[in-house]
Amino acid sequence: MADMTASDVPAPLAPPRLSGALAFAARRAEGIVIPLAALIAGMAVFSLFLLALGKSPAQFFELMWRGGFGSWFSVQNALLRATPLLFAALCVALPARLGLTVIGGEGAIVLGGVAAAAFGHWLSGLPSPIVIFAMGLAAMIAGGIWIGAVGALRHYRAVNETISSLLMAYIAIALMNQLVEGPLRDPASLNKPSTHPLDAAYRIGPIPGMDVHWGLAVGVIACVACWVLIDKTRWGFAARVAGGNVRAAQIQGLAVGPLIVGFCALAGALAGLAGMFEVASVQGTANASLAIGYGYAGILVAFLARQNPLGCIPVAFLLGGIAAAGGLIQRRMGLPDATILVLQGMLFIVVLMSDTLYGRFKVFNPDRWKRAG
Amino acid sequence: MENDIGLWGVPLAILGGAIRVSTPFIFVSLGEAVTERSGRINLGLEGTLVFGAMAAYAIAVETGSPWAGVLAAMVAGAGFGLLHGWICSFPRVNDIAVGIALMLFGIGIAFFFGKPYIQPSAPNLPAIPLGDWSSLPQVRAALNVNVLFLLGAVLAVALWWAFKNTKIGLIVRVVGDSADSARAMGLSPTAVRLFATAFGGALAAIGGAYLSLYYPGSWNERISSGQGLMAVALVIFARWNPLGCFAAAMLFGGAGALGPALQSVGVTQGYYLFYAAPYILTLLIMIATSSPGRQLAGAPGELSITK
Repeated sequence: MADMTASDVPAPLAPPRLSGALAFAARRAEGIVIPLAALIAGMAVFSLFLLALGKSPAQFFELMWRGGFGSWFSVQNALLRATPLLFAALCVALPARLGLTVIGGEGAIVLGGVAAAAFGHWLSGLPSPIVIFAMGLAAMIAGGIWIGAVGALRHYRAVNETISSLLMAYIAIALMNQLVEGPLRDPASLNKPSTHPLDAAYRIGPIPGMDVHWGLAVGVIACVACWVLIDKTRWGFAARVAGGNVRAAQIQGLAVGPLIVGFCALAGALAGLAGMFEVASVQGTANASLAIGYGYAGILVAFLARQNPLGCIPVAFLLGGIAAAGGLIQRRMGLPDATILVLQGMLFIVVLMSDTLYGRFKVFNPDRWKRAG
Repeated sequence: MENDIGLWGVPLAILGGAIRVSTPFIFVSLGEAVTERSGRINLGLEGTLVFGAMAAYAIAVETGSPWAGVLAAMVAGAGFGLLHGWICSFPRVNDIAVGIALMLFGIGIAFFFGKPYIQPSAPNLPAIPLGDWSSLPQVRAALNVNVLFLLGAVLAVALWWAFKNTKIGLIVRVVGDSADSARAMGLSPTAVRLFATAFGGALAAIGGAYLSLYYPGSWNERISSGQGLMAVALVIFARWNPLGCFAAAMLFGGAGALGPALQSVGVTQGYYLFYAAPYILTLLIMIATSSPGRQLAGAPGELSITK
């Protein structure tokens, strides 16, 4: 190697700019075309399901469009429902970069909501910026500890994170029930035990010009920030290396343990924020309504977005719109409320099946386009 | 009062509760043990369990026979298992993720078709009163044992024996330990795993049938509290040994019975935390039995979850 001169190094083929762009587009297109095709295939399977039941798929999708996307009113409804999904999806997508499948975001959402409600009540009387900040911080700490612990158990004890996170979610819900029925209960809440309702001054209102609360803006910013973290920073790079091969990362001198715990804690903290916004903007109090499956829908969002934080934004909007149309579909078509769950399940299965297609199509191979140029 | 046995009621209620509560754990964990021994993990058994509960209840309502319900649940559960096994047979498809998807799908479709069956009541599975020798009603209640529990116990022994002594048991173990050696022996790992997953699904659905047809004995959307998932953790704790699965299921059943047992003697503080006891126990057991340094003893070599 020492006597090698510059002239021995083969000069890189300078491809024309066009073919370079095509190669770049081909590489990116695979990650967009295949999930979209899977989405359409999933909808087709669901259409067959509806046909088998004697229902009209055309009517279903027409109602879905009307209830979730067709008007400013329904778009706002979709965005409102997409908001917790953004945070819940990040709770899956961040650990995924480290090769971890964390599916217990529901627990962090629930505890984040309870922590926010508790601090909103305890600090009542203080100026609202301070209280809202404290609520957010408490929610993030509660959620961060919960999922951070999952990461720590994974790294230091080799406890499977998929199972432990789901167990932790069940424990979190039991903890919420205990707190909401016991020490944090508002005696005035009779039928549905809840925490003390949040003072109006500490509620987080809508973004000007729309009916959707600030959680949406925070969620979108969080997605962009997570994308930057993963794609543009050395921590993100280290996480991807560790996700590919833990031993290689350790040989490189990367602190894999802190990396795993840190990413998981951040993921949980974001899920905790979802709970905080549910309490501060939607419910006004913490109760069993916090555990209505946002965490599980978030898993689907993250997998559909192929664990890409930026991809989570449109996918959350799509699933939010489908959920927003749920009521309309139930009433007009006489279908049970679980219809949306069935559709989600079918989409999830088909999208996972599409994983087998990556790398199979020559169209998406960048080299093909380079050579063509 | 002659029948008042005071605090002795607590361990007795826990024993009775363990027998009652453990049955779904026994079936799901035995099924999952077979699937995992073949080198694949099916996290979707929670969905299979819920769908099995719905299917069993619906068929029992329609036919008037709880056993027809159990049979229907088995068929449906095997179908879910085949679906999981089929999807996982494609290259680069992750069995854990498919399990999560099937869990959500199974629960969704069970709620979808189960809506009309929340109201009607189905005939229950029969129980055998093994406590008739005693004059104490608490003992009689604790030893009123369902037929499925006894079947589960027999099945645990049978599977343990079959893994050791039969050709099928050997085939499943070989496929689970090394797909390459299995191929060298002329076996098809994909086919073996397909059947092992279908078998596991059928057993998990029996666990669901027990929930809706015996204890608690009704169908609603809160029928399962994660038994299907805990059973997966339990299999790891039991080191993939069917007899261990049975013992662990009894332990879990006892933990699940702790809350109601304490409530029956007047302890109501912390009810929800006692309700969480099985989850906490599962987690503690997983922490205690896992180790970062070595592979778990007895783990099938091909299993993604322990690699």
